[in-house]
Amino acid sequence: MALLKNGYISLSELKNEKGYPSEERFNEGPVAVIECIQEIPCNPCVEACDFGAIEIEGPITDKPKIIEDKCIGCGKCIAKCPGLAIFVVDKTHSESFASVSFPYEFLPLPDKGMEVEAVNREGKVVCQGEVIRVINNKEFDRTPVVTIKIPEDKFDVVRGIKRRKEK
Amino acid sequence: MIKREAVVIGAGPAGLSAAIEAAKRDADVLLIDESLKAGGQLFKQIHKFFGSSAHRSGIRGIDIGKELLEEAKKYGVEIWLNCVATGLFKEKKIAVEKSLDNQNKTAEIIKAEKIVIATGASENAIAFEGWTLPGVMGAGAAQTMANIHNVLPGEKILMIGSGNVGLIVSYQLLQAGAEVVGVLEAAPEIGGYGVHAAKIVRAGVPIHTSTTIVEARGDEKNGVKEAVVCDVDDCWQPIKGQEKIYEVDTITIAAGLKPLMELARMHGCRCDFIPQLGGWLPLHDKNMETTYPGIYVAGDSAGVEEANTALEEGRLAGVAIAESLGYIHSNKASSIKNEIWNRVDGLRLGPFGESRLEAKEKIIKTFQ
Amino acid sequence: MPDRVNDHPILGDTTRKETVNITVDGQKIESKKGEMIAAALFANGIRINRYTIKREEPRGIFCGIGQCTDCAMTVNGKPNVRTCVTPVEEGMVVKTQYGVGEREKNDD
Repeated sequence: MALLKNGYISLSELKNEKGYPSEERFNEGPVAVIECIQEIPCNPCVEACDFGAIEIEGPITDKPKIIEDKCIGCGKCIAKCPGLAIFVVDKTHSESFASVSFPYEFLPLPDKGMEVEAVNREGKVVCQGEVIRVINNKEFDRTPVVTIKIPEDKFDVVRGIKRRKEK
Repeated sequence: MIKREAVVIGAGPAGLSAAIEAAKRDADVLLIDESLKAGGQLFKQIHKFFGSSAHRSGIRGIDIGKELLEEAKKYGVEIWLNCVATGLFKEKKIAVEKSLDNQNKTAEIIKAEKIVIATGASENAIAFEGWTLPGVMGAGAAQTMANIHNVLPGEKILMIGSGNVGLIVSYQLLQAGAEVVGVLEAAPEIGGYGVHAAKIVRAGVPIHTSTTIVEARGDEKNGVKEAVVCDVDDCWQPIKGQEKIYEVDTITIAAGLKPLMELARMHGCRCDFIPQLGGWLPLHDKNMETTYPGIYVAGDSAGVEEANTALEEGRLAGVAIAESLGYIHSNKASSIKNEIWNRVDGLRLGPFGESRLEAKEKIIKTFQ
Repeated sequence: MPDRVNDHPILGDTTRKETVNITVDGQKIESKKGEMIAAALFANGIRINRYTIKREEPRGIFCGIGQCTDCAMTVNGKPNVRTCVTPVEEGMVVKTQYGVGEREKNDD
């Protein structure tokens, strides 16, 4: 498993997981992508969702499942996940663009409208992106959620931005 | 000599929750800690905790620490800080040194009816050429520097060890503004949670499995300047000719923890070597009571796990003490303890918890 | 050189305003009220606390929580003070320790 060897999940590993939405669901609009593929004792994501779209069926160590038709892609779960492993992807953002929302607990925070370098799960820059939203409210408890606009074909690749250096 | 109903040694998550559970049922509890502030390692845990949302998961360790201190105050737990339990002598007598490192330090002997040993754990070191150079330090030391003292332990840092401590501290060093050039892991697979690994990799920190450090280089005036690392073979031996050099000013070691169980051993509580739980530790039953009646153990000193289980074990010990002192009826106590056990068992499921669950079950069985 | 962390994504503004003056090996340095000696030294670029008795090797912070004693220095004339768990005080005199150190007579 790539996750154990290199510290990042490969797309093929992810696609078989119950936290990863189907292709059809991606085509319908914003949806939470739960990249949590090990049985660890953790469940705040379930309570984070107002729509009951995240389920942990058995014991607390079971992996979270996304209920595709209940998820509206609001992104509340992103900041609640202690593992920072939940993203919201909107493949239908606009013609030829997708958007990806992710947790970003570093300073300085990017500003709306800023041009940023989008990175994949390996931390490698794969394309440019534009910051379209930064939410850092009290409920998120110091886990800001950043949304960037990226080329549509990178929707299942981009999972963050290159950290920005101070000064 | 002074007398106390219950004395808890160590004010980390286990000790605090033991003290709170006993004090809220009217036991007279004294909590002592060597630090200047209670909370143990909680106030450096700036990340959101895993665990059940019914029990403070998703909340940052620092905030859990604050809540526990408030509760301890509310229930009247007496706290002595800057006090070290230097000995545990027969029939539950505790020797305490107050105001350590101060010219005016004094000593005190406390005779306690019940004692909880919640002394936590110490970081394991690994020895390699140059490991004593200034700039080589425990991951916990780097975390303390960054999150408690707000001083960067270094600018360019190499982390040795990919267990949860190595991964989490790497992330927190990035948050403090340091550069982490990589995380090395001698084993063929990453030790900690995949999600912790994934978040630092995404942030640009590579993790190198089957790789180890062979030498820290530097000089007597400045300490560390370089780290020599090397791939290892199937037997974890460095492969000659595969050495690589990193220019770093700091090397942090996250090679696991071992229980601080000296006090229990000093008193003659039976100990055993349990590798899955960090090494030598005092045997205990389902009440967290050791082989010496009235002496309890909880948290990392009862076997290294994580803060959530430490909190729960502390609660178990606290309830058991209140029960044996007669502050709570045994029927009530057993239903509370059962609830706690259900949660603890839940925390020990899955591939990361299995071996700990087995080891803990074996300890309790051996005890009987 | 290592620096202070004044702005932190989780801890917020961590700037410590009140300062305390201490002397390290005769050199005056500014430290922050309430911080540990070792932290003040680190913030001022000093990470060698002592030299060992036999091989005269340098030692610095290792555990950072008062367990290992690698950070011991002579403080106000008293040797073997664990600088990682001892807070600074105004006018404190801190000296690099050689070997096991020696208590200085005229200091408190």
